Amino acid sequence: MAAEQKEHKAKKEKIARQDMPEQKPDVRKRNFDEVPFGYTPELAQKEAQRCLQCKRPSCVEGCPVNINIPAFIKLIAEGKFTEAARKIKEENALPAVCGRVCPQEAQCEGNCILGAKGKDKPVAIGNLERFAADWEREHKEVTVPQIKDATHKRVAVVGSGPAGLTVAGELRKFGHEVTVFEALHKSGGVLVYGIPEFRLPKSIVQSEVDYLSKMGIKIVNNYIVGNTRTVDELFADGYDAIFVGSGAGAPMFLNIPGENLNGVFSANEYLTRSNLMKAYKFPEYDTPIIKGKRVATIGGGNVAMDSARTALRLGADESYIVYRRSMNELPARIAEVHHAEQEGINFKILTLPTRIIGDENGFVKGIECQKMELGEPDESGRRRPVPVKGSEFILDVDTVVVAIGNTPNPLIPSTTPDIKTTKYGTIIAEEGSGLTTKSKVFAGGDVVTGAATVILAMGAGKKAAKAIDDMLKS
Amino acid sequence: MAKIVKRKDLAAEVVLMELEAPEIAKKRKPGQFIILRVNEQGERIPLTIADSDPDAGTITIIFQVVGKTTMQLRDLHEGDKIADLAGPLGTATHIKNFGTAVAIGGGVGTAVIYPIAKGLKEAGNNLISIIGARTKNLLILTDEMEKISNRLIVATDDGSFGVNGFVTDVLKQIIDEGIKPDIIYAIGPLPMMKAVANATRPLGIKTIVSLNPIMIDGTGMCGGCRVTVNNQTKFACVDGPEFDAHQVDFDNLGQRLKVYNHQEKESCKIFG
Ligand SMILES: Cc1cc2nc3c(=O)[nH]c(=O)nc-3n(C[C@H](O)[C@H](O)[C@H](O)COP(=O)(O)OP(=O)(O)OC[C@H]3O[C@@H](n4cnc5c(N)ncnc54)[C@H](O)[C@@H]3O)c2cc1C
Ligand SMILES: Cc1cc2nc3c(=O)[nH]c(=O)nc-3n(C[C@H](O)[C@H](O)[C@H](O)COP(=O)(O)OP(=O)(O)OC[C@H]3O[C@@H](n4cnc5c(N)ncnc54)[C@H](O)[C@@H]3O)c2cc1C
Ligand code: FES
Repeated sequence: MAAEQKEHKAKKEKIARQDMPEQKPDVRKRNFDEVPFGYTPELAQKEAQRCLQCKRPSCVEGCPVNINIPAFIKLIAEGKFTEAARKIKEENALPAVCGRVCPQEAQCEGNCILGAKGKDKPVAIGNLERFAADWEREHKEVTVPQIKDATHKRVAVVGSGPAGLTVAGELRKFGHEVTVFEALHKSGGVLVYGIPEFRLPKSIVQSEVDYLSKMGIKIVNNYIVGNTRTVDELFADGYDAIFVGSGAGAPMFLNIPGENLNGVFSANEYLTRSNLMKAYKFPEYDTPIIKGKRVATIGGGNVAMDSARTALRLGADESYIVYRRSMNELPARIAEVHHAEQEGINFKILTLPTRIIGDENGFVKGIECQKMELGEPDESGRRRPVPVKGSEFILDVDTVVVAIGNTPNPLIPSTTPDIKTTKYGTIIAEEGSGLTTKSKVFAGGDVVTGAATVILAMGAGKKAAKAIDDMLKS
Repeated sequence: MAKIVKRKDLAAEVVLMELEAPEIAKKRKPGQFIILRVNEQGERIPLTIADSDPDAGTITIIFQVVGKTTMQLRDLHEGDKIADLAGPLGTATHIKNFGTAVAIGGGVGTAVIYPIAKGLKEAGNNLISIIGARTKNLLILTDEMEKISNRLIVATDDGSFGVNGFVTDVLKQIIDEGIKPDIIYAIGPLPMMKAVANATRPLGIKTIVSLNPIMIDGTGMCGGCRVTVNNQTKFACVDGPEFDAHQVDFDNLGQRLKVYNHQEKESCKIFG
C-alpha cells in the first residue's frame, strides 16, 4: 500500500460504514414499499469519505463492467452528485437498478481493501451508486446522450430485460435505428415481472425505459418473436442485425407428487401475478393470487427470498424457506437473506420436500419433507446434502412456491433452427461478441449464461453492441 | 392498443368482435389463440382466434360472458380500443387429410372448433360437424358451420332445436350408423370433452381436445397453465392447447380451474 494511502487511512478509520435508513421490519413486512429509504446527502458524503482512493483499486476489478468506482465516490465526497452519476454511466447505464440488486459482496465490495482487513467493513459502494443515480433522476438532471449521425442501419432487439435495454441504448448512441420487441405488455424483463416493488420500485424501471424512448428507440410490446414474427421474417423486413436477449424465463418444477395441486405456484407465476399484474392490489387490479396464511417457498436464491417476502406482504402468518443445503450455501444476496431474517422468514434448512399433500378439494394442506445432512463436496464444490433416514416430517402449509431455477424459453431456437443451443437450452454465443451460430444474430444475458445477474446481462449487452456496431460499419 | 372494428351479439351473452391486428392476422393458424388485456388494471385472458382476414388486417374473437373481464369486453363498442393484444399463441392444429373427420363443438366451444373445422375441410376431409348448446338461443355459428361441413348435426339439451340430447349422444348415433371417423376434435365444457374421450377410448378413435386452463403470459413463462397429460406435466399455452383426449387428466384440470372461484365472484360482484 502506498504511503499516501496509509496516511488517508489513519485519518479516515474513525468513520464507520453508514447504514442506509430503512423501514422497520415489523412495518415493512406488511407493505410493498421499498425497504431502504436511501442515503441523505450527508450520509452519502460521510460514507464516500471512507474510500481510500486506492491507486490500483481492486473494487474496479471486481465489477463486471469496471465502473471507475474511486472516481465516482470522490465526486460524491465532493458533493458533485450528478457528476458522480454520469461517471458511473460511462460504464453502466442502469445504476439505480444495479445499486439496488447487484451482489456487491461478491463483486466490488467483496474486493474492497477496507473489508479485507477483517477489522472494518467495505465501503458501501452499492448504496453510493444508488444514491448518485437517484439524485440525478430525482433532480431531473438526466440528459439524453449524444447520438451519432444516422447510419440508416436497423437492429432488432428481442427482449427488454437488462441485456436488451443495454444493447438498445448503446447501438442507438452509435447512430443505428433500434427496435425492441417485448413479449409482455410492460418492458424491463425480470426487473418488472420478477423483482418485487419492495426491492426495486417499478417507477425506476419505467424511467429507464422512458429514457430509451427519448433516445429514439422504438419499443414494441406484446410482440413475441418466434410467434408474431420469426427471426428470419425480421431479416426479411429489413433488419441488418438481431440481438436476442430473451432471458431464462421458463420455470423448473421439482417433479414430486402433488405439484399440480391448487396453491402450488412456480416463483415466476407467483411473482408475475404480484408484481407485473399487481395482484397485491386485488380487487382494484383484476388478477387474483392466493393469499396463503402458511406459505412454503422451496429454494434458496434471490427468487426464493423475493417469493417468501412477498408471501409475508400478502398477509401470511408464517413464511418458510425450505432449502436442502445449509445457511452458508444460500445463493441469495447477503442483504436479501439478512432482510428476510429480520422480517421473520422461517428458514427450514437442510430440508428436502418429497411430496405435496392436498385436501379433498385439491388444495394444498402440507408438504412432506425429509431432513438432510451435509456429506462430501459435490461437483459444485459445495457439500452434498444427503437424506437422514427416518427424518420425514410434514410441514403444515396452504401455499407452496417452487423457486428452484429457470431455464431459457425454447421458442426462438425452435423457430430458428440455425440458432444452436447447448444441452441446457442456452444459446451458443461467442465469448466477447455474443455472435450466435447464425450470421448477424447475437445473443447475451440469461439466455446465454442461464439464470445469472443483472450486471452480467448488461455487460454481455454492452460487448454485443460493440460487436454489432463493428459488423454494421464493415 | 387494438381497435375493435366490429362487434356483434351472437347469442345470449356470446359476443363476436373483430380486432385490428394486422401481424397476427397474417401469421395465425387454426388452433391458435391470443391474450388480451382490456385496460391497465385488467387481467390477461386467452381467447381463441376464431377467424382472420389478413387483407383487412383483422382477427375475430368470440367469447362467452362469464366473469369480470368478459363483462368489460362485452360493454365495449366498435371503435373502442383494448389495452393489449398479443399472439398468435399456442401450437397450431396439426391439419391434414385424415379421411373422415368429426368436429364437435359444445357451447362457446363451437367458436374454438370453427377455425379447426374450416382447416380440416380445406385439407380435403369428409367433415361431419356436431354442435350443441343447452338451448336454442345459445347456439352459435350454425350457418358458418353448415357452410363448411359435409354434414352438420345440431343438438340442444332441452330439444328446443335439432336433436334433443347431448353432442355425445349424436356422436354415438353416427357411429352406430356405420360412420368410422379417422379423427375426432371435441371442444367445449370440460364434462363434455371428458364424455367424448370416454366414448371414443374403447373404440380406439383418435380424439383431440383443446384445454382451457387459467393462463397469464401464454408464452411458457409461468407454468400457471400446467395440465397433466399422460401423467406428465405440460404447459397448455406452448405444448397445447390441443392434446390427445385419451391421455388428459380432466379431473386435475377441473380442480385447477376452481383455484380463484372465490376471487372471481368478488370481482363480478364489485363490477355489478
Ligand atoms: C425474482 C428474481 C430476482 C432476482 N434478483 C436478482 C438480484 O437481486 N440481483 C441480480 O443481479 N439478479 C437478480 N436476478 C437475476 C436477473 O434478474 C437476471 O439475471 C437478468 O434480468 C437477466 O437479464 P436478461 O436481459 O438476460 O433477461 P430478462 O430480464 O429475463 O429479460 C428477458 C425479456 O425478454 C422477453 N422475451 C422472452 N422471449 C421473448 C420473445 N420470444 N419475444 C419477445 N420478447 C421475449 C421477456 O418477456 C423478458 O422481458 C433475479 C431474477 C429473478 C427472477
Ligand atoms: C387457450 C384458451 C382459449 C380460449 N378460448 C376461448 C374462446 O374462444 N371463447 C371464450 O369464451 N372463452 C375462451 N377461453 C376461456 C376464457 O379465457 C375465460 O372464459 C376467460 O378468461 C374468463 O375471464 P373472466 O374474467 O371473464 O371470468 P372470471 O370470472 O375471471 O373466470 C371465470 C372462469 O374462467 C376461467 N378463467 C379465469 N381467468 C382465466 C385466465 N386468465 N385464463 C384462462 N381462463 C381463465 C376460469 O375457469 C374461471 O373460473 C379460452 C381459454 C383458453 C385457455
Ligand atoms: S400461461 Fe404462463 S406458462 Fe402458460
